[in-house]
Amino acid sequence: QKVSVEVLDHLEHLALVDFRNSEGVERLQKAIQFADQLHEINTDGVEPMDSVLEDRWCLYLREDDVTEGNCTKELLENAREKVEEYFVAPPGNIPLPKLEERETFLQGS
Amino acid sequence: MAARGCGGVWRRARQRSAGGPGPGPAPSPRGQRAVACNSRGGAVPAGKSGLAPWIPVVGLEIHAQISSNSKLFSGSQVQFAAPPNSLVSFFDASLPGTLPVLNRRCVEAAVMTGLALNCSINKKSLFDRKHYFYADLPAGYQITQQRVPIAVNGSLSYSLCTDNKMSQMVTKTVRIKQIQLEQDSGKSLHDDTRSQTLVDLNRAGVGLMEVVMEPDMCCGEEAAAAVRELQLILQTLGSSQAVMAEGQLRVDANVSVHHPGEPYGVRTEVKNINSIRFLAKAVDYEIQRQIEELENGGKILNETRAFDSKLGCTVPMRDKEAKQDYRFMPEPNLPPLILYDAKSLPANMNHQQVINIDWIHKRLPDLPSVKREKLVEQYGILPEHSFTLLNEDGLAEFFESVVKQTQMKPKKVIGWILNDLLSYLKQHSLTVEESPVSSFLLADLLNLLERNKISSTAAKLVLAELWKGEGKTPLEIVKEQKLELLQDQKELEQICQAVIDGQENEVIMMVPG
Repeated sequence: QKVSVEVLDHLEHLALVDFRNSEGVERLQKAIQFADQLHEINTDGVEPMDSVLEDRWCLYLREDDVTEGNCTKELLENAREKVEEYFVAPPGNIPLPKLEERETFLQGS
Repeated sequence: MAARGCGGVWRRARQRSAGGPGPGPAPSPRGQRAVACNSRGGAVPAGKSGLAPWIPVVGLEIHAQISSNSKLFSGSQVQFAAPPNSLVSFFDASLPGTLPVLNRRCVEAAVMTGLALNCSINKKSLFDRKHYFYADLPAGYQITQQRVPIAVNGSLSYSLCTDNKMSQMVTKTVRIKQIQLEQDSGKSLHDDTRSQTLVDLNRAGVGLMEVVMEPDMCCGEEAAAAVRELQLILQTLGSSQAVMAEGQLRVDANVSVHHPGEPYGVRTEVKNINSIRFLAKAVDYEIQRQIEELENGGKILNETRAFDSKLGCTVPMRDKEAKQDYRFMPEPNLPPLILYDAKSLPANMNHQQVINIDWIHKRLPDLPSVKREKLVEQYGILPEHSFTLLNEDGLAEFFESVVKQTQMKPKKVIGWILNDLLSYLKQHSLTVEESPVSSFLLADLLNLLERNKISSTAAKLVLAELWKGEGKTPLEIVKEQKLELLQDQKELEQICQAVIDGQENEVIMMVPG
């Protein structure tokens, strides 16, 4: 079962991945096939597992104290562009152009 | 024109054409956006001649910022105004290698709120990731509770007045689908001149309670009343300060319309609603817009629209793609949240790691509905009165304080509080806290009235003087303006005689003091 071009295009939009070439798509299809093996097991009435530790994996509850923050300078060191202690980003999401409008091998498929 | 109560059915007014169902009230002028449904399901503002009635359906998604010192999954501070990016930890900035650590106080706030809204608290709830790209969401996903939230299946009761005089109140209920814990995003400041967005992550990671209300409401007024009651409840619990102006309470409305007996129509989501008043306007506008669109043969798009408060209308939102796919997945860094009650309390666990639902339940304060009943019972005032007392911050306390300090009966005091004090405060846009007339001064004045030292007309004059806040006592003002009621019979007779003598041709009525 092949993954359709629509789905591949949808994935590229959602996750901003680039399948780049037929090899990338093939890798995806193999990964799906591998995961599909899970369907061979009957899990009726079985609760999904969160962790192998089961109920020994306790969620730690932290006290409501202020213990972090106040490191503006350090954080801004990672910013390519900044304006007066604000991070700078483009005006909005720049969506991936539609399939017909961008250069991708998916068009050929 | 605001609606008073909702019959749930909107009917287009009939124009003069053949046939059609019974009469309704006269059509309202074109272009009016307000709801005009009444409790008997009357007519809706006119447009083209319509046939079948419309049923508007309104659901709400409310995000309440949790009142806590630190954030939901990190130890950075929660504070409204602070230098940009000063309240941000490495986790909030989504730097690699950081992990979420759940704040106990946020869980307690959600449990309190769930209990106050009659929800079932899920003893085991789960965290998930909701993925989408936006500059103020550094991780590219929000940690939320999509599969199993902390509380489900509750209800909220609220009151509406069925007429303009507030003399008839009706109680309505809206079902609460669920309450979930989730992270807030940072703030984006759009700089259109330089075509860029400035991002401040101070708010990123602050704890939110999302309260999802089922679509049980049918107009702007119901939505507004429900949100107002929720706001009062949250403030009473202290789980959120719920101040809309500071973004601590955000409301998105889901609106659709359909004909009776038919399936629900396509719904739109309305965002950018910044006050309870605008909520009512936005919902009513959207209902009206959808009805007109459909009656003109158009279609409703399943889209997100923003409310423009200046124009009083909703507009399609830019930057919102048609169908978002959030690719929910379990949050791999957080195990299930387990809550306990008296029965299931574990024996050998550190107290600090245990949250006991029953313990929290016992310590819930009186909710607004209970406080209102107590006021009615204790002071013999009307339900509408106690509604207004609780609706105004500090007014109920002011009223009780005056009652304590005066011999005047509470039933009489309430008139002075609601008619005189409150209208003055409203006229001058003051809060109860800012009142130039303290409860002590008002009680002092009412005592003079109660002891027949002055008439009620005089009392109003004294009150007008007290508003000036010049520091004079009621007694001083009475003496200054000679407002005392004369008790001496002889003195009264002398004055009457003198007046009559001076005005022989006029009839004067004197009311004895």
